[in-house]
Amino acid sequence: MSKIHVTTTVNGDEVEFLADPRETLLDCLRDKLGMTGSKEGCGTGDCGACSVTLDGTLVCSCLVLGVEADGKQVGTIEGVAEGGVLHPLQKKFIEHAALQCGFCTPGILVAAKALLEQNPNPTETEVRYWLAGNLCRCTGYDKIVRAVMDAAADLRGEAA
Amino acid sequence: MPDTVQPIRFGSNSGQPVSRRDGIAKVTGAATFSADNSPANLLHAVYLPATIARGRVTHFDTAAAQAHPGVTHVITPANRPDVQGDPEAKPTLFSFRVEILQDDSVRYAGQPIALVLGETLEAATEGARLLAPQYAAEPVATDLDDGAPFDIEPGGFGRPQGMVHGDIDAGHAAARQAIDVTYETPAQYHNAMETHAIVAEWDGDRLTLDVPSQALNMSCAAYAYFFGIPAENVTVRSPYLGGGFGSKAIPIGPNILAILAARMTGRPVKLMLTRQQMFGPTGHRPATRQRLRMGIDATGALTALDHESLSASSRFDDFFEPASNASQGLYAAGALRSVHKGVRLDIGTPGPMRAPGEASGAAALECAMDEMAHAAGMDPLEFRLRNYAETEPGTGKPFSSKALRDCYLQGAERFGWDGRPLDPGQMRDEAGLLVGWGMGTALFPCPMFAAEARATLRPDGTALVETSAADMGQGAWTSLAQIAADSLGLPLDKVAFNAGHSSLPDGGVAGGSGHTATAGTALHEAGCDVIRQLGEIAATDPASPLHGAGNARFVARDGHLFIEGDDSRSEPFTDILARAGGAALTGSGKGVRPPEVGQEFAMSSHGAVFAEVRIDPELCQMRVTRLVGAFAAGRIINPKLAESQLMGGMIWGTSFALHEKVTHDRTTGRIVNADLAGYHVPVNADVLGLEVITVHEDDLHVNVLGVKGVGEIGIVGTVGAIGNAIWHATGKRIRRFPIRIEDLLTA
Ligand code: FES
Ligand code: FES
Repeated sequence: MSKIHVTTTVNGDEVEFLADPRETLLDCLRDKLGMTGSKEGCGTGDCGACSVTLDGTLVCSCLVLGVEADGKQVGTIEGVAEGGVLHPLQKKFIEHAALQCGFCTPGILVAAKALLEQNPNPTETEVRYWLAGNLCRCTGYDKIVRAVMDAAADLRGEAA
Repeated sequence: MPDTVQPIRFGSNSGQPVSRRDGIAKVTGAATFSADNSPANLLHAVYLPATIARGRVTHFDTAAAQAHPGVTHVITPANRPDVQGDPEAKPTLFSFRVEILQDDSVRYAGQPIALVLGETLEAATEGARLLAPQYAAEPVATDLDDGAPFDIEPGGFGRPQGMVHGDIDAGHAAARQAIDVTYETPAQYHNAMETHAIVAEWDGDRLTLDVPSQALNMSCAAYAYFFGIPAENVTVRSPYLGGGFGSKAIPIGPNILAILAARMTGRPVKLMLTRQQMFGPTGHRPATRQRLRMGIDATGALTALDHESLSASSRFDDFFEPASNASQGLYAAGALRSVHKGVRLDIGTPGPMRAPGEASGAAALECAMDEMAHAAGMDPLEFRLRNYAETEPGTGKPFSSKALRDCYLQGAERFGWDGRPLDPGQMRDEAGLLVGWGMGTALFPCPMFAAEARATLRPDGTALVETSAADMGQGAWTSLAQIAADSLGLPLDKVAFNAGHSSLPDGGVAGGSGHTATAGTALHEAGCDVIRQLGEIAATDPASPLHGAGNARFVARDGHLFIEGDDSRSEPFTDILARAGGAALTGSGKGVRPPEVGQEFAMSSHGAVFAEVRIDPELCQMRVTRLVGAFAAGRIINPKLAESQLMGGMIWGTSFALHEKVTHDRTTGRIVNADLAGYHVPVNADVLGLEVITVHEDDLHVNVLGVKGVGEIGIVGTVGAIGNAIWHATGKRIRRFPIRIEDLLTA
């Protein structure tokens, strides 16, 4: 099958690759760009392990074709820490032990960051429902929420 | 028990809520899981799962698959290269018979029946689809009712042993009140978020595997067996596992196929199961049906506890859920019996899944205890305390430690159990929802598998400790390093920890909740070995302030060696080593339990779980609104990470009680909900009011560390607690898990 040339921006850097038109954005990130932080937990939009942002919107990258990223801004876990400095969400996840095996963690962090960008002061219920599409089998469902609430407070400049 | 009991001296690292050492790698996406590896010249492998559950494959359109662009090889039973091992053999503990295209038979739906290799994943996937298999299907049996029950012949792993203590008939006859109830639990699949995956690469007769493994060295031996090479020729790299829960201790057939494909093509091969395939050749917790007969005397004391469980295995191998084991060690009944029966079905072979036996067994036992308490007019907690076992039921052996009474009391107090109405249907909240409270007891044994470790003290005063242990999320890399740091008398930041690679000393099995105890003991012994050697050097060195200390015991603390009980004489490790020539010192250790300890003591972790549910009286929607668990599991090395394990277990309990279940199509034998849309697990929004209490417990016997284990016990008491809370809210006793809205609507 002939390949399609894709030019896109990932975490602020312009990148190009040739995609099989059947290839998912998740596979393009992982296999073409070597960005393996995004994970495949299901391939069917049920688990959120592959969460990335596409022009600021949270998506399951297993449900997006690589060619659809052409001309768009993609945000992945690799871009959450900036210049080697952890994002408050990342710090709080470690501090609260909101991760165990860590397989779901990249997707949850990307999803949580997207939440806080549009709602800096979410209620616990809002966090629980926003993250309801991110499965954690280990399962950190309590500590994840605490970490997000604490990071949100931190980002607002409040002590939690 | 006084909290001053210290079997051995521990330093300042154990007991601290240290953050995980692999935290940064995991929050930045830098932690590499098996499928993240893509060596150059990689081939992708995709296996085709059978869509019938019994019969034979009669035809493949091999030509169509082979002709698809990008497909390089199509492997079916007709052309599969030989392997050296017998697929029906079990080369190691925890091995099961595997399906590796040895013939054209199909023994369950989802079994691999062909393998396609391609230059891309898309090509291999399409090639597998084009194989369009045809079958000669036979009638299938996938339900417990479809098989003929038989008594399981006990025989170690997968073939549980029943037991009888006392005269069970006399116990039944002596009962003033009795119940006879039957509970059912469904088949469940592990579904770690990381699906099984492998990258296999040969170099001559040496094999390197990136594969998640809960038992690295054991899996080397198993893979070596199939390819006729020595185990030391196999390297398994498994730094991170995306969850295991029992399924990644076992070498599965698809992994062997990937290795075979790599040998056949001379190229590295990656095979990653899809989520749908995680309902296939992966093991699972089999369905059970459990009959509980109990009797009590006029005081509420159990005269008989009689637990019979029926569970399913495949037609060709044995793993029966040891559900009635749950009744063997918990309550002081006049007479006790546990019986295991099995049926054989057209399903994949089950396997150990988080708290195998205890989870499903306690689900039934704890609900039956609740029923018995209600029949006796007793509070469920009071009833359990009335039947508290001070020594192991039946054998009378002392427990190595048992702080279950404290778990009951601390959990009940935190939850606010006092004042709970005895009768159901008495409580409503301000919104008019039915409210119910239930409880359950948790028990989990403390096995130890063997492990080895090595510790090296470097001349600069830092140390390297090594064991092949994998971190599957439980926090091994952190808590094991804490243990090692204490044994070496060093702060944690001076101790490097090397793990997750099979070339290191055998870290044993991360399973049975025994990994911290086992690998931790090995690390502790290795550290002590180094300190002993260091003491010998110092004692014989005239230039050392410790010279001549002779048989005095040395104590290592903060990088210094002291004489025990005499803080005035000490010397830094670095000085001792420098004068001795500046070489590093290496020690080794083993983690095993001396058999006599197991003979002398009964050893278990214990816990008590209290649940609150709220239920819409019309729609019967259920929510677990509070869940408090109090657990006593010996020494807690890292409270922060242990709490995560216990919480995770409790959420698995919620999942067992209300969500998880596979359903088979009884005509085709296929699982109809083999994906995460249809196989329900809890999400963030399902978890409210979760609290864990770790109850202090000193154990001088279980192992030198006093560590029991926290990985599985959380699930055990929780299932029953939720079932009982639902009854308490509604008066409806549902005896089949998971409990669904329709069960309440139609009860
Ligand atoms: S992998 Fe995309 S949602 Fe699960
Ligand atoms: S940390 Fe393991 S799946 Fe979430």
